[in-house]
Amino acid sequence: MNRYETVVSSGYQQAASANKVLKNTYMLLSATLFFSAVMAMISMALNVPSIAYIISVIASMVLGIFVLPRTANSTSGIGVIFLITGLLGFGLGPILSTYLALPNGPQTIATAFGGTGIIFLGLSGYALTSKRDFSFMGGFLFAGMMVLVIGMLANLFLQMPLLSLAISGGIILVMSGFILFDTARIVRGGETNYIMATYGLFLSIFNIFISLLQILGIFGNDE
Amino acid sequence: MEWTQILGAVAGVMMLVFLWPAYKHWSKNSPKAEEGDWASVIVALGAVVLLVLVLIAMVR
Repeated sequence: MNRYETVVSSGYQQAASANKVLKNTYMLLSATLFFSAVMAMISMALNVPSIAYIISVIASMVLGIFVLPRTANSTSGIGVIFLITGLLGFGLGPILSTYLALPNGPQTIATAFGGTGIIFLGLSGYALTSKRDFSFMGGFLFAGMMVLVIGMLANLFLQMPLLSLAISGGIILVMSGFILFDTARIVRGGETNYIMATYGLFLSIFNIFISLLQILGIFGNDE
Repeated sequence: MEWTQILGAVAGVMMLVFLWPAYKHWSKNSPKAEEGDWASVIVALGAVVLLVLVLIAMVR
């Protein structure tokens, strides 16, 4: 095999491997989103108190930081990702119950759900078709996320509605950037583990949904 | 101070601890943006902003 054939063969194998990771990621993402929605319905039916949200976020964060990276290369990683996404869904239940009790609650939830779907599908399609390498945004996205977390910490004590609105808007933008970044990394072979890829995309979708819900909740009930 | 505030602060600090190494890694190892890269990001994020404004108008 000459050098040209080796390069073509290697490029073909890389593309085939990236396509496989992408396909597995989207299949696992669909399954985890469905499971998370089922867990949210169960926690709504059980009338779980609102503190469950913060507890489930902390528990899923601990699992995501300490357990998932160690298990992502084995089949137990699939169990861990379902546990994390199930916990996040379970924590979402009391938030959804609170919104459902508002006058325009069901409409707000449906709009946030539809909006999140459009944002995810639109940005994924854009990253897949533009073929651009969005990994140049890495430092910028993580810096932006840290600024937003510091803002959230400050607002726990300041309780300023405008700051809360600005943080939600910022989260939607940064998470949208992460969808471009993560999808481009999968396509270009930068992310080869579909469990970790699913985790990244799930967190982006989850955070966009929560932030959109908050923004629409504020504007939909401000009379 | 309420329990939710304390737990929220714990979650926030944990997130910062988790984000810091990722930030250091990507700020050192990110490739440089090529011509048109930032413009394509701005177009995509601009579309997201427009969509959010449309959704706000729908629920008002």
